[in-house]
Order: sequence, then structure tokens, then C-alpha cells
Amino acid sequence: MSEPILQVRNLVKHFPLTQGILFKKQIGAVKAVDGISFDLYPGETLGIVGESGCGKSTVAKLLMNLEQATSGEVFYKGQDITRLSGRALKAVRRNIQMVFQDPYTSLNPRMTVGDIIGEPFDIHPEVAPKGDRRKRVQDLLDVVGLNPEYINRYPHQFSGGQRQRIGIARGLALNPEVIICDEPVSALDVSVQAQVVNLMEKLQDEFGLSYIFIAHDLSIVRHISDRVGVMYLGKMAEIGTDAEIYEHPTHPYTQALLSAVPVPDPEAREKRERIILTGDVPSPANPPSGCRFRTRCWKAQDICAKEVPLLAVPSVFADRDTPAAHESACHFAEDGTAAA
Amino acid sequence: MTVIDETAAAPGAAQTTPLLEVRDLHVEFHTRDGVAKAVNGVNYSVNAGETLAVLGESGSGKSVTAQAIMGILDMPPGRIPKGEILFQGQDMLAMSGEQRRRIRGRKIAMIFQDALSSLNPVLSVGYQLGEMFRVHQGLSRKAAKAKAIELMDRVRIPAAAERVNDYPHQFSGGMRQRIMIAMALALEPELIIADEPTTALDVTVQAQVMDLLAELQREYNMGLILITHDLGVVADVADKIAVMYAGRIVETAPVHEIYSAPAHPYTKGLLQSIPRLDRKGQELYAIKGLPPNLLHVPSGCAFNPRCPMAQDICRTEVPVLHPAGPGRGSACHFWKETLGE
Repeated sequence: MSEPILQVRNLVKHFPLTQGILFKKQIGAVKAVDGISFDLYPGETLGIVGESGCGKSTVAKLLMNLEQATSGEVFYKGQDITRLSGRALKAVRRNIQMVFQDPYTSLNPRMTVGDIIGEPFDIHPEVAPKGDRRKRVQDLLDVVGLNPEYINRYPHQFSGGQRQRIGIARGLALNPEVIICDEPVSALDVSVQAQVVNLMEKLQDEFGLSYIFIAHDLSIVRHISDRVGVMYLGKMAEIGTDAEIYEHPTHPYTQALLSAVPVPDPEAREKRERIILTGDVPSPANPPSGCRFRTRCWKAQDICAKEVPLLAVPSVFADRDTPAAHESACHFAEDGTAAA
Repeated sequence: MTVIDETAAAPGAAQTTPLLEVRDLHVEFHTRDGVAKAVNGVNYSVNAGETLAVLGESGSGKSVTAQAIMGILDMPPGRIPKGEILFQGQDMLAMSGEQRRRIRGRKIAMIFQDALSSLNPVLSVGYQLGEMFRVHQGLSRKAAKAKAIELMDRVRIPAAAERVNDYPHQFSGGMRQRIMIAMALALEPELIIADEPTTALDVTVQAQVMDLLAELQREYNMGLILITHDLGVVADVADKIAVMYAGRIVETAPVHEIYSAPAHPYTKGLLQSIPRLDRKGQELYAIKGLPPNLLHVPSGCAFNPRCPMAQDICRTEVPVLHPAGPGRGSACHFWKETLGE
């Protein structure tokens, strides 16, 4: 495989919890992201799944340097972007763009579509000379399947799916290499989601984009992703290719998550075995010791409370040629083919 | 628990008539831009112990129908020009406000999507649960609180006795939705309407909440109307399905049949657009176009501009719900072809 375009190493983001108004003192921290590492290769889609509060959106912001990382590094082509600022950061951001979840609040209602999509050119004027911009914006509208004549319309004149296309066009404007999509289709109607997913796949082929696709809808993530990472409470529980994760999950959390997804097929539903987890996700301000999933895990033993399991290929599968041999952070990893 | 008041139901009617029957219901909203016909002649029925799933996208009229049943529709701007809502054989639309109030909460209860905004943030959950008993059954505060603890126990909220004085923000999303369920169950209603009860929840919690709801439904033999846009949730719990599009029911069927052989192109399109294993790497099937604007619903079949099978007749004639097999109906001129493909 070629060189990774993004390398994330031990990325940590703690949000401080403070007490007092005048003399603030830190009384703790919300450990939103607590040591995450992964690579993104050119032209691939890495899906990140997890429940709300697991830190997946914080990861997205850290990759864009919209949040300052507490520690850890994000290398873009070998350069650590977490410590960049000013001009150097601006240059990197040209290549890493973002598409947001909510197409209703992420577009300024007082700007025309032309202004919204053209705004990146104001910040990076070298990409498109002034006289050329209108044409560029119209081309972008065409690329995302909107009528180029809509350039003077306002966001409220579009439906949710169309607005998300505008958001995607804005993300594409600077010809980035990486697009980070934070729940790009979850706010859309079911019949429109497929249209946007297809558009994103088409654009990836056309422009050779790498995606980080953050979502909670496991079936869409599987469809679009080459590799998938499963997050739980600020940590990566398991990461592997889509087939490894979906067909041979070895982490109990992944197994439970997959089995809890409602399957739109009554026949299949009667055959499969469901794992219903008890309780809720613990607070990231006070995560359990050792393995963070142990409070809801049916396999938990003493070691799980004491030792943090590392994200690595489990030793039981290490020398075997099996799809279960992928990175999983569990002391008792087992091939969950039967459970899923 | 005893139900104090019996609304004068016709003797024997409850045995033969469905628990709830909606007949030719129309709801419209008068807006500045014209009349939006949100519901255009909806018919469905639910029996005791049965789960009907009403499936549709935003703007399909699924929630408006539910609000009309509950009698919580804002009127004006809403208006019900036509239709009947029969609860145990009696038309609720013809009842006085007082009569309806006696049914609401006591016989028909509703669970809303967003538990946080449906609960009062400045009152403890115990107070809000107890309110049901104080208002409807005239219990004292103390007795009502005891009942509230009992209810919280029943929806499996851990340490109910200690948490009864907590406020809604102190509970997680899943726990809040359990409180909503507890509130709906409080007076042991015969019908529960759940409007997207798990949409705001994570999948692992969603599974817990749906299981709880299904279990309680069996225990009390209640009718359940589950309103959702999620084909997966429906497959898990429903007995029968009504698919809505632009204010009409386009297909009804028992749950198994609809997934194996949909009889309406809209249902079929929705099912096909779900990502599946064997289609990975290929383009997803996508229904073209957008859901219609209710101020300008297309003539004929409302789905015709998006339908791959549309012919001239679809643009001129509104299709009726054709019987398409036992317990099935499809509002498509070409339901046979859709089924047969």
C-alpha cells in the first residue's frame, strides 16, 4: 500500500471541567478522545462508527485543527498539523475539508449559494482568480448535481438533500485531498440518503478523494467504507477492513453494536441472535478503569478492571490467517461470526 | 388499578370492532401560501395486542394523523374537513372536548420522539409521573409518588426510589425515554401511539427501549401504533405496516410480505435503497427526485414524478388502494406488475 495521507498517533482531547467563577480551578476533565491512532490512505474511505458521546465528532474537529489537541499528533504527509498555526495551518486546511451533519445550520441563510460555495476562494485566492470564480462555482454546482443557474438562490429555497449537495460543493471547492464527513446523511430523508451517498462515491472516484466518514448508521458506513473503526468512550475498540469488522468482529462491543442494529428483513431477524447491552454509556468525565467497556460487557473479568487492553491483533489470532486477525482492544477477543 | 370512569361504550361493540379505526381522515393546514393537505383520506385500524407501524418520510402525514387521533392537533391552522376516528366504535371527532379529555391519557396515550423537550425541566420526574394519578385519579401527593416509583421500577429504571426526585436533565436519553414510556403506561391505556420513540437514541439503547415497549405491550395486551421512518425498527416489532406518502397510505401489508414482495414502487424503492452486502461497491439504488411539497402535490398519483413505472394514467388518476392479497393493499395502478417483477 502507498504512504498514508493522514497518520493519527495517540490523539487525546480532554475538555477541562472547572469550578468557581473568578478563580477557576480544574476539577476534572471530559476525556472525549483518549489516545486514538489510525492511518488514512489516499483514495480510501475510513468509516468511524460509535454511539453519541464516543468522541467521533471530536476526532473530526481535531483532524481539521478546529480543536487544539491535548496531546498526540496528526501527520498530514509527514507534517504534524496539531501544532501548526497561521499561514502553515491555512495551507494544510486547503487540502483537508469538512462536510457537516446538519445542512440547515451549516449554511449561512443570508448568503447566496454562489457566495457560500465561493467563500473558500476568498480565503485561498490562489485557487481561483477573481474573474474565474463564478464559472468555478457553476461548475461545482454541476458536479454535485444541482442546476448551475441556482447560483443566486438562498439556502432556504432548497430541500435538505440539495443543501447537503451545496455543503459538499463547498467542501470540494479547493480541490482537497481529504474530506471529513461528520454524519453527512443522517439528517436527510431515507429516500434521499442514497442519492447523496452515490454522489459522494462518484466524487471520490472522479477526484481521487480520501474520506473519513463518521456516522452511526452501520449499514451506510459498511457500504461506503474500505476500512472501519469502532469507537467507544474516546477509544478505538476495533479497526479493520469492512469485512473483518462486520463479519468477524472480535470486540464484544462491536458484536453488540452490530446485533442491535435493526435489520430491515423480518426473516433474517428471526434467525440472528441479539445481544442486548444493559445500561448506558458511562460518562467520559469519569470513565471506568481498565477497559472502558467492561461495565456493560458480559465477558468482563478482573483483568478488565485493571489493565487497559491495547489496540492490537489479539494474540490468539496473531499467527493465523483469518479475517479475525485485525486490531481489537479486548483481553478476551473472539471471532464473533456466530453472534453477528 | 381501577379505571374510575367507563366511557359509555356500546355493549359488545369492543369485541367485533377494532380498538381504533381511522376512516377516510383528511387534515389540512391553512397557511399564507395556500392550503397544505397533510392527510388525504387515510384508513387504518389497530386491534388490541396488535402493532401497526406507520412508515413514512418527513411530510408524509404520519405524525399529523397521530396528532388527530390524540386530539392534540393545533386547530387552527389545522382543520379536519372529513373523516372519522373510531375508538372502540365511537367517533372521537364527534365528541365534546370533555369526552375526549377522558379518553386522552386514560385510554390512549402517546410517546413522543424527544423526551427531553417533552418533559418539564423544572419539575422532578416523580412529580410529573405522579401528576397522572393526581389529576386522573385524585390521589394524594404521597400516594402518587409511591405510584411513580412503582412505574419507574416497571420500566426498569435502576434505583427508582432514589431517583424519583431527580430532574429530567439528570437522566440519560434512554432513561428519559423510559420515563416517557412510564408516563404513557401510567393509567394502563388500551392504545399507545409512539411517534419515533427511538429515533433520538443510540442503537444499543434503542434496542433496549424497543424490547421494553414490546414486552409491556404483550403484558397489557395494548394496541400500539408505531410511527417511524426506519425500515429496520419496523421489521423488528410490527405486525402490520402502513406506508404513507404525501398524506396517503400507499401500501398496507403484514410485515413479512412487505419486505419479501413490496406491491408499491415507493416501498420497493425504499427497500432497494438500503445498502446491502451483495451490492457493496456498486451504486445504491436511489429514488430520484424529492418528496413533494404539500402545497403542490402532483396530480394523479403523488409519487408519479419519482416513479420508474409511471405512465399517463398515473398523472391523471389517483390510484385507489387495490386489494393485493390477503390483508394487503397497494395504491398503485400497476401493483400487479410491481409485485410480479
